[in-house]
Amino acid sequence: MQDQHIVSSFDQELDALNQAIARLGGLAEQQLAATITATESRETSALSAIIEKDQQLDQLEFEINEKAIEIIATRGPMATDLRRIISALKIAAVLERVGDLSKNIAKRTLVIIEKDAENNSDVSIRRIAETVQQMLHQVLDAYATGDAKLAMDVWDRDLEVDQMHNSLFGELLENIAQQKASPIVSSHYLFIAKNLERIGDHTTNIAEQVYYLVHGAFPTDERPKADLAQSPDID
Amino acid sequence: MNDTTPQVKIKAQGVTVHYGEAQALHGIDLDLNAHEVTALIGPSGCGKSTFLRCINRMNDVIDGCKVGGLIAIDGQDIYDNSIDVVELRARVGMVFQKPNPFPKSIYDNVAYGPRIHGIAQNRDALDAIVEKSLQRAGLWNEVKDRLSDSGTSLSGGQQQRLCIARAIAVSPDVVLMDEPCSALDPIATAVIEELMEELRHDYTIVIVTHSMQQAARISQRTAYFHLGNLVEHGPTQQIFTNPENQQTEAYISGKIG
Repeated sequence: MQDQHIVSSFDQELDALNQAIARLGGLAEQQLAATITATESRETSALSAIIEKDQQLDQLEFEINEKAIEIIATRGPMATDLRRIISALKIAAVLERVGDLSKNIAKRTLVIIEKDAENNSDVSIRRIAETVQQMLHQVLDAYATGDAKLAMDVWDRDLEVDQMHNSLFGELLENIAQQKASPIVSSHYLFIAKNLERIGDHTTNIAEQVYYLVHGAFPTDERPKADLAQSPDID
Repeated sequence: MNDTTPQVKIKAQGVTVHYGEAQALHGIDLDLNAHEVTALIGPSGCGKSTFLRCINRMNDVIDGCKVGGLIAIDGQDIYDNSIDVVELRARVGMVFQKPNPFPKSIYDNVAYGPRIHGIAQNRDALDAIVEKSLQRAGLWNEVKDRLSDSGTSLSGGQQQRLCIARAIAVSPDVVLMDEPCSALDPIATAVIEELMEELRHDYTIVIVTHSMQQAARISQRTAYFHLGNLVEHGPTQQIFTNPENQQTEAYISGKIG
């Protein structure tokens, strides 16, 4: 934090809010990383643990909301303080959502393991998963250091994720069409791919909040989009 | 309020004020728009009240006070020799920190201005002005049956509204307020704030306040003064969410600047 408030307990409350966001960000990263590893290694116990752990993120988001409301009610925050609190609220909601999407991937993977015990489907989510993982990590760094430029780099990278999602989506549809894989298994993979693409989108939402926190305005450029797979019947 | 481009009511250019050797204002350039509330904020001694008092030449009565630069209302230099200061102060009313009703009846407090300025032609016209002014100040229903009671018998919030009624009884263009709510409880403050929102449609309001929340609640524009300089001036929403100047940021956030 740049300057100190004359009332030091206000600084302590803002620090506590920042720390809570850092913890939630760390948990969201862990959940995503664990999900990707367990999805590839097909470890059912790890997948169940991920599903179980999601409630920690829900609880932490709730605590952040409470803290933010308390600061607004009691401190009358202005300028950067106000922007920090609003950003914290929004980022917390996004991180909680990232947790939900990881949990959803874990649940679908358990179904895939059950339906395709021999692992015949031969689908790799590794590239898209690693990219969104890096983006999440970078954007949380950008938030912690107040680096709007780094945040905007993440924002730009979402294009890559959209492209990877498109190609994965096409591949999975092809598998179904050619009857190379079970339609049930492929459908779950479609949603897993979509969830990863959504996590990429969410990192751009965090990037926008970082930009807002630093500059007091939202980025004006239209975010590059290449999500061709987006259509009303799949989302 | 209509959404057309705001019209400049008061123009200040290079306004300086000296109290003897001490310089209180160092060249203030500030346009104040008609039908808006402009809040002047800043730490004690920053010059905001001094600037406010320049707008109706209240500084004239202070020994050794010298005002330089230009202040024009509707394009007319109010420090020009042709200006009648008494008439100016009728056009530019003022409400102070501490309610200061005259030790007279509620009726006479409001009727005083119209009488000395010869605004009312007869008793009926004067009655009408008193009623209308008290109504506009949101006080009529509370005092209509006790108009002959002393103004000082009212509560603090009522006294302040009486002072506002007194100021608007002479149909001013501009109302200056110097911390009008600092002695009032939150309910009386809310009543005055609601009144200011109502009054700005007909008047130009300039308020000095130490309450950031109040400035944020009631004003359309905010000007931040520091050490006799105007540091930043802009739309209130921008000043309180994204001020351009670090000093402004530090002040409104309660930081060590």
